[in-house]
Amino acid sequence: MADMKIEVPRLQRDAFADKQCHRAHADHMETINLPPELVDNWQQRALEKMEQLLGRYRSLRDYLDICVRCGSCADKCPFFLGTGDPKNMPVARAELLRKVYRYYFTAAGWLPDLGRAEPLTEEVLNEWYTYFYQCSECRRCSVFCPYGIDTAEITMAAREIMASIGVANKYITEVLANVYRTGNNIGIPAPAWADNLEFLEDDIQEDTGVDVKMPVDQEGADVLLVPPSADNFVNLDTMMGYGKVFHAAGISWTTATYASEAANFGLFLDFNNMKKVNKRIIDAARRLKVKRIVFGECGHAWRVALYMNTLNGPLDFLEVPNPIHCTEFTLDLLKRGAFKLDKSANDEYVVTYHDPCNIARAGGPLEPPRELIRASCNRFEEMPENTTRINTFCCGGGGGLLSDEHMDVRMAGAKMRAMAVQTTNANYLATMCAICKAQLKKVNTHYKLGVEVEGVHGLFGRALVLNGNQEV
Amino acid sequence: MAGQTIEFKGKTLELDEDGFLQDPDLWDEEIAEFFAKEESIPELTEEHWKVINYIRDYYLQFGIAPMIRKIGKACDMPVKHMYQIFPTGLDKGACRCAGLPKPTGCV
Repeated sequence: MADMKIEVPRLQRDAFADKQCHRAHADHMETINLPPELVDNWQQRALEKMEQLLGRYRSLRDYLDICVRCGSCADKCPFFLGTGDPKNMPVARAELLRKVYRYYFTAAGWLPDLGRAEPLTEEVLNEWYTYFYQCSECRRCSVFCPYGIDTAEITMAAREIMASIGVANKYITEVLANVYRTGNNIGIPAPAWADNLEFLEDDIQEDTGVDVKMPVDQEGADVLLVPPSADNFVNLDTMMGYGKVFHAAGISWTTATYASEAANFGLFLDFNNMKKVNKRIIDAARRLKVKRIVFGECGHAWRVALYMNTLNGPLDFLEVPNPIHCTEFTLDLLKRGAFKLDKSANDEYVVTYHDPCNIARAGGPLEPPRELIRASCNRFEEMPENTTRINTFCCGGGGGLLSDEHMDVRMAGAKMRAMAVQTTNANYLATMCAICKAQLKKVNTHYKLGVEVEGVHGLFGRALVLNGNQEV
Repeated sequence: MAGQTIEFKGKTLELDEDGFLQDPDLWDEEIAEFFAKEESIPELTEEHWKVINYIRDYYLQFGIAPMIRKIGKACDMPVKHMYQIFPTGLDKGACRCAGLPKPTGCV
């Protein structure tokens, strides 16, 4: 499909300068082992953290050093295109960190003529908090950078520095505290987790007459499914879709209440929390003696999952390959003839597909979700090429921005995605990330897209004929 | 924006940034009526109470809000209708009126 025309907005200086997320609560910060509020010697502590990160990640130092301000990234960012605020150009956003880096860590600090350098003042910190939380770390900018700079890593570093001195947003920190308390982002305690799955079993039974089990903490199952908890709370068709797939293929599986969440919000905040959240999935797999871990439809979960072994490995107690993405898992079974599908079950839909940024720009899967969609329905339309696959536009709510007070930023950030959906005849917007789904439901209302937003497995599950399956 | 403390009929209520009750134990029916007005509901009818009471009872049993589809089934109401009577949404309007903390996560 041809490219979508993207107009560069008129610059509006500081248009979004006053849009900030709610600040973290002290109790959530303490739960996730971060300072409850801005520490007294914050400048010194922030610079120590920056020095530590520069030492740990050669990439970060390179990214800060090598930008030539060519501006290739500027009109690629959904948040700049949606807000018109020049500080949302990736190059300008990164400059907020670069100027401080230059001041303290390069010769520009004592020879100001060498380049823009500025000390870390309260004003700069405030700007960091504003603009590094108007970036969803979607990495679209990095696709177009001729130097290969990954600006998302600069945002991540800035957020990690801020977190280390007690500055973070409420949404991310509350969610992380929920994960440590209940095993998942939403804060669903184990009995409610099981109750929800039982409800879905009844729903499938009523709908199809087939007894599909949705297991919890089943020791010795072959597969541990780690879905985003939102699938067992709002994206129910997706959750039932997984259950139907396992049932039809005759594979024993389970969910784990200790790891009832795929998402890893540590990615949006700091390394230590990312590692800790990742570890509990491996611990659950070991405890339940499963052979494989299959990840559900969650974007950034997959991004972290790719480094599972490096972060907390070895995963040598599992069968290779590991972990597996649910769409690759289901597609493999489909190709081996495990399923009978009735596409007409989805005849009311014209489907289009939104690539979640953390999947599309982390090496895929790109084609497996599309193949599953084509197998499940008769009418599938792609959005324009410059808005799909590695060029995908963020939904506008990723990276820890999915909170109500940030709605203006979210809707502005979603403008390009909304325009792309409007180029199609779709009435079903499929995607495989719980943040995307939650965000796109709001985008649908805001931009009057007239679509239903659900998962790839939701669509697949509807088309799956449960009593007509063959042995694999 | 930080949360706020309000005085309501002799009680001191801590609210979060979005106006949700911080301590669900302090909830009573008058608070529900007060919140309802702020959630674009002029008056709480029998149908509203059916939903509010179900959400609240579920929360007291499980420590989390019930799934929306579950509310619909238990209260025998189409989901669409529930969104009509709670125009700011079930996660926001209905949960707030029922004295629950604000739902969070990827929802």
